[in-house]
Amino acid sequence: MRVMFYLICSAFVIGLAYWAYKENYRTQSALKEVKELQQQIAQQKEAIAVLKAEWAYLNRPDRLRDLVDLNFADLKLIPLLPSHFGDSEMISYPPQDVWIYNSPQEVIGSDLADQSEVSQ
Amino acid sequence: MNRTPLRPLARVIDARKHGQNPDTIEAAERCKRDHATHQKLRKRAEARLTVLGLAFFFGFCLIGGKMAMLAVSEPVEPRLAAANTGIHSQRADIIDRNGITLATNLVTTSLYAQPHMMIEPKRAADALAKIFPDINHAKLTEQFTGKRKFVWVRKKVSPEQKQRVHEIGEPGLLFGPREMRLYPNGTFASHILGGASFGKEDVRAAELVGVAGVEKFFDARMRDPAQVDIPLQLSIDLTAQATMRRVVEGGMRIMQAKGAAAVLMDVHTGEVISMVSLPDFDPNNRPRPLLKGNPSDSPLFNRAAQGVYELGSTFKLFTVAASLDKGLVNENTMVDTQGPIKWGKFKIRDFHDYGKQLSVMDVIVKSSNIGTARLAQAAGTQVQKDLLGALGMLDPTPLELVEAKHIKPLLPKNWSELSTMTISYGHGIAATPLHLAAAYATLANGGLKVDPTLLKIDAKTAYGPRILSEATSKTLMGMLRNVVTRGTASFGEVKGYSVGGKTGSADKPKPSGGYYDDKVIATFASVFPTDDPKYVLVLTLDEPSIRAAGEMRRTAGWTAVPVAAELITRLAPILNMRPEVAGSGKVHYTQIQN
Repeated sequence: MRVMFYLICSAFVIGLAYWAYKENYRTQSALKEVKELQQQIAQQKEAIAVLKAEWAYLNRPDRLRDLVDLNFADLKLIPLLPSHFGDSEMISYPPQDVWIYNSPQEVIGSDLADQSEVSQ
Repeated sequence: MNRTPLRPLARVIDARKHGQNPDTIEAAERCKRDHATHQKLRKRAEARLTVLGLAFFFGFCLIGGKMAMLAVSEPVEPRLAAANTGIHSQRADIIDRNGITLATNLVTTSLYAQPHMMIEPKRAADALAKIFPDINHAKLTEQFTGKRKFVWVRKKVSPEQKQRVHEIGEPGLLFGPREMRLYPNGTFASHILGGASFGKEDVRAAELVGVAGVEKFFDARMRDPAQVDIPLQLSIDLTAQATMRRVVEGGMRIMQAKGAAAVLMDVHTGEVISMVSLPDFDPNNRPRPLLKGNPSDSPLFNRAAQGVYELGSTFKLFTVAASLDKGLVNENTMVDTQGPIKWGKFKIRDFHDYGKQLSVMDVIVKSSNIGTARLAQAAGTQVQKDLLGALGMLDPTPLELVEAKHIKPLLPKNWSELSTMTISYGHGIAATPLHLAAAYATLANGGLKVDPTLLKIDAKTAYGPRILSEATSKTLMGMLRNVVTRGTASFGEVKGYSVGGKTGSADKPKPSGGYYDDKVIATFASVFPTDDPKYVLVLTLDEPSIRAAGEMRRTAGWTAVPVAAELITRLAPILNMRPEVAGSGKVHYTQIQN
């Protein structure tokens, strides 16, 4: 009985040691991966920062104005002035629903009430 | 151990003698012994429980403590340079009120040399001088061939330059990573941002330290590792700022002025929407401060927040405000304008003769020195001092600029009655255009104090204590409107925006004492729209002059006002303000393509 107990115990210890050994290596590889990922994150962040700086630099007011001046022929952009404000009344309504009245499946002679039936 | 027997012979014999059952003695003894054992076991169990309890307690403490530490600690950002150099090279970004980047960091390279590792120091120096033309060739050769073991060659190197240095193939030339501060918009907002330079330097990193402007004012916050990811949001609107700089620059050239300053401020919050001081500089390449001569001639000088000027007639509004608010006069009260007023050797005169008397409204509209002086005299020195003090005209502004912190307005040492009279029309007191803008904002928003700020305020209003009554504020706005419609600022009319403002032209003081005849500071302090004030615009031109209508003009009405009108025309649409057009009038609209 006692021998059995010792045998089981030592088997258990060996198993535990094996498990600890494996965990140790897994932890080390996980740590390595974390380090690599962190380096990647840092690199990406740096890239984002560079892109952000570049975006801000490309959109600086000086350059935009020069571009507007250069491309005046195509864009015809001028500084915003008070006279550029409009009223909603100045916008014409879109032409009456062309689709409904000009579509060929519109049956001649049907009135608006049963239109839904006609056009399925 | 001494065990008492279960059946002590003496007592058993004794009991038998008396015909008692000796078993009871045994039972009693056994009971006693059991009790003792029980006590002992109990004690041991208690001790074990305590130990176990303590073990659990400390275990939980350990876990709890770790959890608390994790919860409290700041998350650490992954960094490329893992080595802890003890130098914080990070710095928070600065963005404008719409989130556009005004300042950011960029990783770059520094170049240094270790001459003892060099193979051909002379050749390296020659090659470096070719790559960097501004480098001192002779000095570099001397440093490389001397006894030094370490030489900084360049603090910032572009990737192209780095490649060319690589091509020299000299093992003693080494590169180190570092961050640099970048201001992508260049000269725009240069005085606000200030600039940054390197503090503690190391081969692997360098500290970025703010040297002026908000960069220096918020230096601790920008470098705080906990807040380095949160950009600092300013109240500046980059579009408005760029437009303002362009228009003011054009105006300055046309008016042949030496310098110019302009401040646009929200009257309800005190936020500075844009602030320009010309001439300016590029914060990416900050010029060195002047070592001799007048510091105000340097482009580093912020005329809007640092320059104290006698702002002239713009102060008349404060005098009238004080008299109105105290109920001494109303806008129609007639004021004696017969002059000149003689005060000892001193004489107060008007630009033109305005006859015997003018209404208070016309004193402002026509800008009568004599009328204002009389009003101030009637109200008294204390009233004037109180109002100027309450408006913040006697102390440094609380603006978040390191330069503005110590700029105290120049006040007379002895505030006599004569001082009261001259200050009433803006002479004998000097303040910055920023002071003026903040004070006008208070007059315009219904009389509530606002503090100028460069940080974005999310609330719609940020009022301090009440300084003037709302009725006074309304009357004052009416007066300012009249100055534009029929007074000294007639060039200031911008259709649809109901501009009101007060001009001020003050002779420049000579450094030796006295005043120049032909050099003025022309100021226009304006509010728009006057029927529901939203913004205050203060424009100051330094020594403007223009030939118009046959003579040389220097007064603000001819110089600052037209520039300010152009500014409002351009800025108001950018600030999303729609021109108010009177009911029946036909509007001319230009159609634009999107």
